[in-house]
Amino acid sequence: MFRLLIRKAFLSIVLSLSTLVAVNAQHEDHHDHEAAEGKKKFNVGDMIMHHIKDDHGWEFAHGLTLPLPVILYTEERGLDVFSSSHFAHEANYEGYVKEHNKIYRAGADGKPDKTIKVLDFSITKNVASLLLSAVLLIVVFFSVQKGYEKNRGKAPKGLQSFLEPVILFVRDEIAKPNIGPKYIKYLPFLLTLFFFILFNNLLGLVPGGANLTGNIAITMTLAVITFLIVNLSGNKHYWAHLFKPTGVPVALLPIMIPVEIVGVFMKPFSLMVRLFANITAGHIIILSLLGLIFIANDLGGTGMGWGVSPLIVAFSLFMNLIELLVAFLQAFIFTLLASMYIGSAIEDHHEADHGIGYEGPEAH
Amino acid sequence: MDLLIPDIGLLFWMVLVFGLLYFILSKFAWKPITESLKEREDDIQKALDMAEKTRIEMAKLQSDNQKLLAEARAERDAILRGAKETADRVIAEARDKASEEGNRIIVKAREELQTERQAMVAEVKREVIELSLDIAEKVLKRELSDKKSQEELVKGLVAEARLN
Repeated sequence: MFRLLIRKAFLSIVLSLSTLVAVNAQHEDHHDHEAAEGKKKFNVGDMIMHHIKDDHGWEFAHGLTLPLPVILYTEERGLDVFSSSHFAHEANYEGYVKEHNKIYRAGADGKPDKTIKVLDFSITKNVASLLLSAVLLIVVFFSVQKGYEKNRGKAPKGLQSFLEPVILFVRDEIAKPNIGPKYIKYLPFLLTLFFFILFNNLLGLVPGGANLTGNIAITMTLAVITFLIVNLSGNKHYWAHLFKPTGVPVALLPIMIPVEIVGVFMKPFSLMVRLFANITAGHIIILSLLGLIFIANDLGGTGMGWGVSPLIVAFSLFMNLIELLVAFLQAFIFTLLASMYIGSAIEDHHEADHGIGYEGPEAH
Repeated sequence: MDLLIPDIGLLFWMVLVFGLLYFILSKFAWKPITESLKEREDDIQKALDMAEKTRIEMAKLQSDNQKLLAEARAERDAILRGAKETADRVIAEARDKASEEGNRIIVKAREELQTERQAMVAEVKREVIELSLDIAEKVLKRELSDKKSQEELVKGLVAEARLN
């Protein structure tokens, strides 16, 4: 627990530093842009941001980009669907321009007109990765389910026996102890949640993969769904604890009730930020380490670049292994906390301190 | 800082895909999988329970057998004892009966002897009377003739009677 705390603190520091570096780098980039037009200098901030952010088109390597469909909706033009490769060739395609990864209507001067609202439902890199992971999850768990059908009354085999302990772990170690006897109703959600996060964390670690679970929209959706499930299944004890805490003097209620209400929203918010920050931070660390090679290359020439490579590769290998751990850990923590929140919302008996249950593990 | 601003498109797709994923996986994967797991666990539990039950039953059977054996042994002993008692009784009865019979025979013999003796005594008495009468008759007859010879006659008659 303590070590995890330190690691978390370390990651947070690195994340904030990296973000600063990235932002600074972007600013520098704007200044240097004209000056270094001829000889393009390597910009680590841009590189990192490019990798961890969403994109139209899936770039596996430099020059190897899979074009993805761009789906746009504007009030004036309705639905527009075209390939993202058009933006690679021309700046203005059918009156659309792309600036900083966002698509705008082109104004009369060819510059983006930010007053016109463009709804972007494109199959971006993240959406493609999301669909890929969904297909993967369906294929994997349908095959697992087939295994149960085929090996009825027999020992599990293959993929089934590989994933069964994980399913049992989610059921017996996460859902059962934290939710209680009514866990069976929430088990499908928790299993979907766990494996969705796990698969996408792991897919994000594959070189060229999208940073899906490190995207705020994804973690926000997961957190909001958890929030809805928790609050829709909250029983009278849960609400009574919010608005009429027992053993609290009436004079303190004006303070306690807002605090409790903030707590209700804080829980999903912390879920959202925790997953987003952990995964993004991991990606930033690995990318920063790899970026060091190119920085060395810029500073000291090709020899220097090659010289630092072995060390950097060793470091990033180490970080990748840690990220592998984090991939499992974050899936576990998100699911664990979700089941704890659900458990605290539906538990029947009224304990003196509901807080104890989730304060501990929240320090992860 | 647009890293922290959720994208509307991605939100839309995420809600759609995650919702569908939840629906599909719940219906076609999690439900059958968790049911199969439950079923298997129940089967294992049942098998364990059955084994335990069988073990208890076996122990009970064994103790039953033991009890049955002990009962049989006791019964055998009882039968043997009963038989011996019966035999003893029969023997005792027979002995009693025999001795009773003997006694009866003895008593009867004794009674017969008694009656015979009485009869004999009566006979003797009768004969003595007859003899006495005879003697008396003869004496009376002789008395009339001679005193001496009378005495001799009596003597002789007595000797005769003694001889008888």
